[in-house]
Amino acid sequence: MVLPYFTFKIGGQAGQGVKSAGLMFARLATRSGYWVHNHTEYPSVIRGGHNVTSVTVSSRPVYAPTKHTDLLVALNKETVSLHNTELIAGSIIVCDTNIKLDDNLDEQVICVSVPINKITREIGEGELLGNTIALGCATALLNANLEHINNLIDSEFADKSPSARIANRKAAKSGFDYVTVNFPQYIKPVLAQRQNVIPLSVLNADDTVALGAISAGMQFASIYPMTPISNILHTLAPVQKDFGFIYKQPEDEISGINMAIGASFAGARSMVATSGGGFCLMTEGYSLAGITETPLVIVEGMRGGPSTGMPTWNEQADLRFILHAGQGDFPRIVLAAGDPEEAFHLTLKAFNLADKYQTPVILILDKNICEDDQSYGAFEFSRYQVNRGLLTTNKEDDYSRYKPSGDGISARTIPGCGNYFIANSVEHNAVGYSSEEANNRCEQMNKRMKKLQTYSEEDLPPPILYGPEEAEVTIVSWGSNKGAILEALNCCLKVNFLHLTRINPFPAKEVSDILKKSKHILNIECNYTAQMAGLIREQTGIEINDRLLCYDGRPIYPEDIIDKLTNITDAVIK
Amino acid sequence: MTELNDLATPYFPSYCPGCGDIAIWAAIKKAAVEKGWDNTNTTLVAGIGCHGHMVNFIKITSFEGLHGRAIPVSTGIKMVNPRLNVLVITGDGDLLAEGGNHFLHVCRRNPDMAILLFDNGVYGLTTGQASPTSPQNYISKSTPLGNPEIPLHPLAVAIAAGITFAARTYSGDIAATAKMIAQAVDHRGLAIVDILQPCITFNKGFSHTYYQDNTYVLDTNYDLTNKTWAFEKSLEWGPKNIPLGIFYREERPVLETVVSTTNEPLVSVSPNKRDISELLKKYV
Repeated sequence: MVLPYFTFKIGGQAGQGVKSAGLMFARLATRSGYWVHNHTEYPSVIRGGHNVTSVTVSSRPVYAPTKHTDLLVALNKETVSLHNTELIAGSIIVCDTNIKLDDNLDEQVICVSVPINKITREIGEGELLGNTIALGCATALLNANLEHINNLIDSEFADKSPSARIANRKAAKSGFDYVTVNFPQYIKPVLAQRQNVIPLSVLNADDTVALGAISAGMQFASIYPMTPISNILHTLAPVQKDFGFIYKQPEDEISGINMAIGASFAGARSMVATSGGGFCLMTEGYSLAGITETPLVIVEGMRGGPSTGMPTWNEQADLRFILHAGQGDFPRIVLAAGDPEEAFHLTLKAFNLADKYQTPVILILDKNICEDDQSYGAFEFSRYQVNRGLLTTNKEDDYSRYKPSGDGISARTIPGCGNYFIANSVEHNAVGYSSEEANNRCEQMNKRMKKLQTYSEEDLPPPILYGPEEAEVTIVSWGSNKGAILEALNCCLKVNFLHLTRINPFPAKEVSDILKKSKHILNIECNYTAQMAGLIREQTGIEINDRLLCYDGRPIYPEDIIDKLTNITDAVIK
Repeated sequence: MTELNDLATPYFPSYCPGCGDIAIWAAIKKAAVEKGWDNTNTTLVAGIGCHGHMVNFIKITSFEGLHGRAIPVSTGIKMVNPRLNVLVITGDGDLLAEGGNHFLHVCRRNPDMAILLFDNGVYGLTTGQASPTSPQNYISKSTPLGNPEIPLHPLAVAIAAGITFAARTYSGDIAATAKMIAQAVDHRGLAIVDILQPCITFNKGFSHTYYQDNTYVLDTNYDLTNKTWAFEKSLEWGPKNIPLGIFYREERPVLETVVSTTNEPLVSVSPNKRDISELLKKYV
């Protein structure tokens, strides 16, 4: 099955500017009035290795990449051999005239040969113009306005040398003109300018987590670089003076989480972000934040494990690890985002929850939403307010930091305001003095764990069920699979989708009520052991036997889900 | 004004009678009374080890964190509230073994805080294993055949990594130790005081007598701005050859000023919802 979208794909060696060209194409599409979804695949190297970005375009919202490619820009021969099976009748390949195409290529595939290398040499500014020439070609082929590309080049090269900007403008125009003159018969109005549309923003979850943190009044972030969350720090670091927060690069993730805990203890809204390997190093600090009741937002962007695993590819195999990380029992609040917009809203929420419950809050992302861009209109968060919870900075009489309370929450204070307390990693009494006395231990443990009950009563919304209430198949999933599943729902009948974002505490009753009514449950996730299905069984007693699991590092595609659904029952066929 | 009584907690130190920690406890309180440290201006950050118990015996707001991690916690505090006087209480296992990486990098960063290194050359709380400052061939529970490693010179490491104040005292001299702690806090930048102390239970070699017989005070001609001299002195160790005093001092911009993004300490302004509409424009 071919999804009703136009998919542009550009591939080449790492270092040929594939990702930046992909993003530029996405913005060309949004500025022309369309919706996009970007998916990038690349190996963990800086030069060499195959990089590819696909941009799926439509006049309505798009949530996932497609399996087919309509326009393939091949900056090298390898791109053609790796991706020619994705081409369909009428697809176009744009490549250099020197690239010899395979004889076995479908005869209905159109080849637009452009002297990319020759034009590059003529402009004379080095090898990195190939991507821009190709963008110029694509702009012409899709009947888009070259002025959009010129504007994008101007902002991309605003901080760089004027000669690079001029050379890229020339490159785009050369590609555009070459196609206009030599291949007018293949021009289709795919990106013809739509009128009266407000251009959308193109954002990934790294962007939206950073933007969410800034909106939420975050004051301190210490983030050690790691794929796929480095872009969070790249977004935060340059604007810290504009917004008045501190980003500090630590020497390792252990330092990162302990610095953030120190900053939070001192009164600053604090966060860290990492991937699975870095979170392994953070787990002792995670538990420390739990017992000292220090608010902290931890972002964990999963990637392919175990160990270094597949560092630039997707996986959702850290769920169980995150749920059980850190020694001992302490109140763990765990959220998971399924797309960049959800990541934005959950980031805002996470800061308030951390402050209210004085405990670490983990926001789980996965590589595909961290690095894949999606188009959005303005996010609605006008009602959001910073809530710091029970915090006093005045000198109080008879102050006790860990005083037992009905909801498990005690008034927090900060050093320097005159209130005496110890934030103590050792079990402690109400003041914070170390205590291993049995009754006190139970009192403090009960107090801390009580927060989860309060959270469940006051802050745990029911899960979201997409699609019709009555369905032949109910899909259960979480994280980045959301996009592909929503696309599949659009193509099928009588399928609904239970999307889980609140992982711990878990909305067990609501999930149970929905699943008990389901005729057929399909679990979809990107790991080997069906970790979410296991959690659902633990929380509800419901065993899900039908599973679509993906652990090859690639995204689950809408087409895979549609195939799976139609194999379950014909009733879903539209 | 801080009185000695203001610093009293309901708990008396749980240290072995004669432990060097008791003398250091006295020295910190003496410095606190003289300098007026209290809950409005000071915070203590400790790691894990016998030293860490001290937060229960001095009534100054404290953070007792993880083994080896007092440095990043204190650095985080200092960055968001530069007005706080931050004292790090740590041990030779805590700072130099488990926390060695943080120790190197905090010396490069130079936050304005003081590290008090309770240095007894042994792991006391875990009942007697070799530490990074135990002598070579030292017999302990973890080194029954003799310590195969040579000891680390903490001040040499600190000076090499860029610390701006390095000093050593002997815990038995409470007055000198108190004075040195006060000087370390007064220094603008990162200070370390390597406080030699006996562990009377698990390290019989580093006794009070040993320190009294083998230490000497750097003489008045010593140039404490000379980094080469400081480095040489920091490597000295042995019979009659353990220097005490300030080894090195320099002025360098402090971390919290370098990374500051606000006029007032970050924590003095309550965080508010921020307007990101300008920032969002670059994503269109």
